Amino acid sequence: MPLLAVVALAAFTFAFRIAGPVLRGRVNIPPDAERLLATAAAVLLVALAATSALTTGHDFAGWARPAGVLAAAALAVRRVPFPIVVLAAAVVTALLRLGGVH
Amino acid sequence: MRMPWRTTTRPGRELRRDVALVCLADGIVGVSFGATAVAGGQPGWLPVLMSLVVFAGGAQFAALGVVLAGGSPVAAVAAGALLNTRLLPYGLGVADVTTGRWWTRLLGAHLTTDETVAFALRQQKPAARRTAFWTCGIALFSAWNVAVLLGVLAGSAVKNTGAFGLDATFPAVLLALALPALTDMRSRAAVGAGAVTAVALTPVLPAGLPVLAALSGLAAVWRPRRSGVAPAPRDEVTAGGKR
Repeated sequence: MPLLAVVALAAFTFAFRIAGPVLRGRVNIPPDAERLLATAAAVLLVALAATSALTTGHDFAGWARPAGVLAAAALAVRRVPFPIVVLAAAVVTALLRLGGVH
Repeated sequence: MRMPWRTTTRPGRELRRDVALVCLADGIVGVSFGATAVAGGQPGWLPVLMSLVVFAGGAQFAALGVVLAGGSPVAAVAAGALLNTRLLPYGLGVADVTTGRWWTRLLGAHLTTDETVAFALRQQKPAARRTAFWTCGIALFSAWNVAVLLGVLAGSAVKNTGAFGLDATFPAVLLALALPALTDMRSRAAVGAGAVTAVALTPVLPAGLPVLAALSGLAAVWRPRRSGVAPAPRDEVTAGGKR
């Protein structure tokens, strides 16, 4: 990843961050637009989670990784604390690979 | 997660405990980020610099994920930047806690994340909101960057990070971040449609594009609301607000 890409992402990110405080009192974001942005963020996060759980490059990633992610998702739905959710993903995947499932 | 937060102007014990928990959780993610980056062949300085200047875990992972999958830097920046558009409404929400001198406003803006905003918005009184925001922000910034550095060192030392299941932590983190937002059927439908679209397109599209294509899931469920506020007056409100 080139340095310029890091700088560009940092610039975009800071622009979004500073826009709120600067624009406060001058614009009203319609509630519908705000909801759409929130849903868009969730769509991106889950799409990224799904592709990175199931694929490596253009191919299937194997069973161990999605199994670990699925276990973590089940815990997250039950509102298990975040550190345990993340560790569960790693432990389940590592154990499956140790057992020969890839 | 609803917690009976006390409104206090000093970081109370509950606040310190919960901030520590969040730092621990994000620390694990940070280690994973640093290790994933160097395991994928990126130079060690890259994840460290990125964490300092971008300081947004989801976007950092998104951009890195696109690059590691072979995508272009432009697609990587687009994915990360799109993910961070949510920081704009966040900034509006916590604008009252990042006031003061110009450098505290800039620093406060840089510390605006899912976590710091969540901590601030749980508080009712302005002073308590400020305390929660800055306590969480400073602690999280320190923890995140130290963790990423540790991850880089660990990833450089351990050759086979896959054996530890580190690659499964990234999607798990993203899911855990997204789940609280999926409260209604509409957003669940959009998210489901988007995820299926992205996975289905991964074998055929260049890396980075499938995740952006997932946004089409929004169109599948997005309808302008017919009931409630009529369109005409709402347009007037929007136009007036811009002036």
